[in-house]
Amino acid sequence: MSQAHVIVHEHPPGMTTGLPPFSVAAKKMAIWLFIIADAATFAACLVVYGFLRNGSASWPRPFHSIVNVAIMTFILLTSSLTMLFGVRAAKVGDKAGALRWTMITAAGGVVFALLHIREWMGLIGEGMTLFHNPGGNPLFGASFFSITGLHLLHVTGGVVALVAVGLRYKNGRYNADDLEVTGLYWHFVDLVWMFVVPFVYLLNLA
Amino acid sequence: MVDAPDVHGTEPAARYSDTIGKYVGVYVCLLILAALQFVIAFMGMDTTAKFARMFFIAVAEAGLALLFFMHLWAEKRGFLLFVVVFTGFVLLAMQYGWTDSDRMEVGAPYTQPKQGVVSQ
Repeated sequence: MSQAHVIVHEHPPGMTTGLPPFSVAAKKMAIWLFIIADAATFAACLVVYGFLRNGSASWPRPFHSIVNVAIMTFILLTSSLTMLFGVRAAKVGDKAGALRWTMITAAGGVVFALLHIREWMGLIGEGMTLFHNPGGNPLFGASFFSITGLHLLHVTGGVVALVAVGLRYKNGRYNADDLEVTGLYWHFVDLVWMFVVPFVYLLNLA
Repeated sequence: MVDAPDVHGTEPAARYSDTIGKYVGVYVCLLILAALQFVIAFMGMDTTAKFARMFFIAVAEAGLALLFFMHLWAEKRGFLLFVVVFTGFVLLAMQYGWTDSDRMEVGAPYTQPKQGVVSQ
């Protein structure tokens, strides 16, 4: 064993050896750190939403139907599954399959975004805006559009990332690990929705 | 001459032994849990009870997604601990502010003058 090998094994990974912390690839570690930070951002938004709801004498219940949000939830959950299929295909070198599943995932994201915008337009049509709510507390509009808007922004960014990474993976510029990292982000967007649905929608049914 | 350690993400990715059947199984579990949240929304109970049940289910959903869809279960235990403990600490620390939320609603405790006491 060479001297260099001895030095490498004297230190824990990530200290002075240059080995990645926890033996996790640098790109994957970066997306996990982003996910942790973003989770804190969404948690802060939901906690503030809870503060406002808890601190308001009357909180609006503007949602008359759960059909739209149920379909949106189904689409987002299913898109997570198709993303898994895409990453799995990429790991075994099936480029065509990986691209196909990645594009199906992106299409799911587009449908989700369109349904979300349709729902927004319905509420805006009823007079609810970021600063105005004819049905009661205007803070509802502010918090609702902020939280769902932030999530919609993440979905839109995710769709762009999926298409870009999927195409570059097909062209050979990116590898399966890049697709996996994008998939982690997409699963996180799905994970956040699991908390947004009950707190913002289901607890406010008319 | 020894090869330098690879720190730029080209080292072999974690090898996942998950089958498609396992993914579909977790997906079905997530669908069922999501459906449960919708059922709870229509149950005749107060908002606090609904919130508690929905929150518990959302945490279970998030756990399934993290462990199996995001493959945290297949990573090294140290990494799993890092993510769970670090994130958990930050999220729990945020809950400190709930006391202020109550204050918004009922006023600061011990600031209301007691009946029968004349302030000077």
